[in-house]
Amino acid sequence: MSQTLAPALPTASRQPNFGTLARNLFIAVVLTYPFLDLAFGWQALLAFIPMMLMITLAMGLNIVVGYAGLLDLGYAAFYAIGAYAAAFFTSPVSPLNAILPDSPFFWMQDFWVAMLLAVLVAGLAGALLGAPTLRLRGDYLALVTLGFGEIVPRLVKNLEPWTKGVKGMNPIGRPYLFDCTFGVDPCTIFGTQYKLGMIPYYYVTLAIGALSIFLIIRLRNSRLGRAWAAIRDDEIAAQGMGVNPVTTKLWAFALGASFSGATGAIFGAYLQTISPDQFEYSTSVIVLCMVILGGTGNVWGVMFGGLLIQSFDRIFAERLTGWVHKFGAATGVPAVATLLSNFDLLRSRLFIFGLCLVLLMALRPQGLLPARKRRESALIDETEEEANARHDAAVAQAGGPQ
Amino acid sequence: MAGFEFLLQQLVTGIANGMLITLIAIGYTLVYGIIEMINFAHGDVFMLGAFSALTFLQLVGAQAVRRVRNVDQAPSPETYLWLVLAMILAMVFCAALNVMIERFAYRRLRRGGRMAPLISAIGVSFMLQNVGLYWKGASPVNFPRFIPQIDLVKEIGIDSFVRFTTKDLFVIVVTVPLVIALTVFIQRTKLGKAMRATAQDRDAAQLMGIDINRTIALTFLLGGALAGAAGLVSGLYNNTANFQMGFSYGLNSFTAAVLGGIGNLNGAMLGGVFIGVLAALSDGYIDPRWTPVVIFGTLNLVLILRPTGILGQESAERA
Repeated sequence: MSQTLAPALPTASRQPNFGTLARNLFIAVVLTYPFLDLAFGWQALLAFIPMMLMITLAMGLNIVVGYAGLLDLGYAAFYAIGAYAAAFFTSPVSPLNAILPDSPFFWMQDFWVAMLLAVLVAGLAGALLGAPTLRLRGDYLALVTLGFGEIVPRLVKNLEPWTKGVKGMNPIGRPYLFDCTFGVDPCTIFGTQYKLGMIPYYYVTLAIGALSIFLIIRLRNSRLGRAWAAIRDDEIAAQGMGVNPVTTKLWAFALGASFSGATGAIFGAYLQTISPDQFEYSTSVIVLCMVILGGTGNVWGVMFGGLLIQSFDRIFAERLTGWVHKFGAATGVPAVATLLSNFDLLRSRLFIFGLCLVLLMALRPQGLLPARKRRESALIDETEEEANARHDAAVAQAGGPQ
Repeated sequence: MAGFEFLLQQLVTGIANGMLITLIAIGYTLVYGIIEMINFAHGDVFMLGAFSALTFLQLVGAQAVRRVRNVDQAPSPETYLWLVLAMILAMVFCAALNVMIERFAYRRLRRGGRMAPLISAIGVSFMLQNVGLYWKGASPVNFPRFIPQIDLVKEIGIDSFVRFTTKDLFVIVVTVPLVIALTVFIQRTKLGKAMRATAQDRDAAQLMGIDINRTIALTFLLGGALAGAAGLVSGLYNNTANFQMGFSYGLNSFTAAVLGGIGNLNGAMLGGVFIGVLAALSDGYIDPRWTPVVIFGTLNLVLILRPTGILGQESAERA
């Protein structure tokens, strides 16, 4: 009897299943990507850094939209606030630069300090927007956030003395590690000089993304995370069980915004210039698209959706267009060549994202990889069922009970 | 220019613009009144209305529609015929488009909460904007002058800096009858009654034998037709159109609808004129660059402080 039951428990350790293998491979590729990129000449590293930043941004939005169930159409505003806050502290064109270096607050000009301040400022902005709006019904809240998302870039444009208006702020303080300032070659690490290019940015972005995933999963399983889920599923019932809806939602807004603060700071440093048109409505909607496509409320789903949309947006749309043009030229028929040379996926990206949203809402509103909400609410039943199923399968594999 | 006359001038501009905003706001308010959904794509339907009218006017060409060379030259009589045709075409086009959008993007989401239709509408809005981008390109297109700009104040012999031109008159002459016709339709006809019944209680209306799907489609049709008319009027009034104007006009109009009390026809008119005047005053006294901030600030304040709007009491009759 004990022999027949033995394979039921540790199946995974005997035959590494496909999921673990794929996951390990994925992690390995992500960790070594800059060198793979160099070795194979893919030249996509510069696309991957903003891509990962956008995915981190989507994770932050996922707190608001996925966990707390509040539709936020102006998320780019917090992103802008984060980026501009960091630029304010570190940029030589910032008005603060005139007073900061000689003041006792000179340490604020340090990039990492500025980034933390940007996180705080963005989180505070989230709480400030959230406070008066949280009693509003879902669609009205969405419009308030949309209005806020429209106001912030315009304020940035109009307040020219402080923000440099449409010209944007540049340069912006760079992050550094040991003696290596990012993006400035050559880089000195422990006395040796290297040419690293943008590789340090890749790893910092990766680290921040990984940290965000870790924090968000911890948050999701915390008391606060469970309160978010409760509020989202049934606000009145949650209130009856002692969850305070106002503070719970406020935390969602503030924490969601603070993630975009960190992302904005790195983004500004990476591009070395920020201007208001980077933070417009379409940015908010594309980030929202990433959350909804992947699966609202599921960190891995959001990552997947973000990868899909961003790799399309930053890598494949351009290359596919190029391939189609080449194909058209290769056919040798002038009519086909001209027809195909008009094909431009980048120009149709809004259409494709829009279609994405419409189709998703119609066919799979929970997203491609939805959160496993049901299982969690019926935790005991499901695991029991699963255990039984696994037991049955193991028994069948061993040739049935003797 | 004296201060008072400047104020009067801003009011004239504001009212003409406000009438335009009203036409679009009615589309938001009708749809919201009947299915409680923010039809986010409505502004972009309006934009495509302007484009379709422009395309038609370009197709029939210069021999049929004479542009006004000097601002004070009266147009030839057949111009009016073509403009009426262009307006009918834009109205039919937008009505059909709006009905199709409802059928394919919103209908199946009707029972699924508020978020799904809103997100779907955002998607449709993006798609329509991209269609507009392909249709007329990324830069603003010139909408030829077909309506002269004769200053009526001077014509009747009053010497003033305030100008009330034939263009302002044109906007009012087109929009007011449309709004009155719509009100009469909703208040007096059987279909209008069906719309009001559906808005009040969809299930009860269905039990009374009202075809809900057709009534909702009719609502979208009416809203779309008004947006199409607004598209042509805005083209003739502003003499420019671009693929992003749907977004800004749409938000202004939505603000107007919410301000007046969403779901309420009179509220949409009141809100439309209010927002038009507010925008003109902000243009004149603050800075045009700050106008969007003023408008969105108003939207947010209204949504936060009085989400029911000015006329939007619970007991108010919904369109």
